[in-house]
Amino acid sequence: MGAIRDALVVAGKSYSSRLLVGTGKYRDFAETRAAVEASGAQIVTVAIRRTNIGQNRNEPSLLDALPPSRFTYLPNTAGCYSAADAVRTLRLARELLDGHDLVKLEVLGDPQTLYPNMPETLAAAETLVKEGFKVMVYCSDDPIQAQMLEAIGCVAVMPLASLIGSGMGILNPWNLQLILEKVKVPVLVDAGVGTASDAAIAMELGCDGVLMNTAIAAARDPVLMATAMRKAVEAGREAFLAGRMPKKLYSATPSSPTEGKIAPKAA
Amino acid sequence: MNGKAHSFESPLGIGALLSRLELSGKKIAVERNGEIVPKSAHAETMIRDGDQLEIVVAVGGG
Repeated sequence: MGAIRDALVVAGKSYSSRLLVGTGKYRDFAETRAAVEASGAQIVTVAIRRTNIGQNRNEPSLLDALPPSRFTYLPNTAGCYSAADAVRTLRLARELLDGHDLVKLEVLGDPQTLYPNMPETLAAAETLVKEGFKVMVYCSDDPIQAQMLEAIGCVAVMPLASLIGSGMGILNPWNLQLILEKVKVPVLVDAGVGTASDAAIAMELGCDGVLMNTAIAAARDPVLMATAMRKAVEAGREAFLAGRMPKKLYSATPSSPTEGKIAPKAA
Repeated sequence: MNGKAHSFESPLGIGALLSRLELSGKKIAVERNGEIVPKSAHAETMIRDGDQLEIVVAVGGG
């Protein structure tokens, strides 16, 4: 494989897509697969849950719909409210995925906001990094906490743009910018994106990527929204690299030549 | 097992339990009393009275 142009590099591995997607809330695995394909995502998040004892016979599985040979799985700790539960969940994930160590850590604070519990998140990150996990971490949009997570050894920090599943978009671009200035590991917006322009704004700010689930899964047409998100992330990234023109309140400069205009008609 | 009580007539290893549950060869992970039981140890690990088992799979999630 040749070098990827403008790759997203996480834990030493290069990805051509800067859009990461979740696999929850879809109607069925066929829709999950179609949406993931349309999004162009190479990294997909999955949750770890108890098997339905006695109902496993020929039940289709997510791993059949999205073969781990084609996609990089990012097991998450969704639903964990303590560092201990998050660590246990990811140990199970590593066992389940044959030693795969790239993980998404999230430790939630309460079920209403799903806002991250940062002290527990930091504690879990510490343990997981020591155990050799490569930790991408969902966090508050606080630049100091992001620096702490980087210092612990997390491979990416993933601040929320607004609450998980809210679709409220980028509520505090200033904080995201502060994080981008402060940390060297990739910064991905995780949570809150509602539509394509939100993803584009995150990328225009200079974020290294965007992780989303509900924005695609809860769209009327998830596959079409997945395509829109792919384009938005690409467009936002290119706009960031291109460097936008400065915003000006006045000093209008016309785009067309001021010379050679036809004579104004005499009044 | 996964939060529910089960009883078995004879001593059982984790490997044998998984095969009874038709989970052999499936992408699963097993935890016993809070500790991972690696695949390589399924066959030899005997289940004891009162053990808490968690058997998990990967599912859709964000």
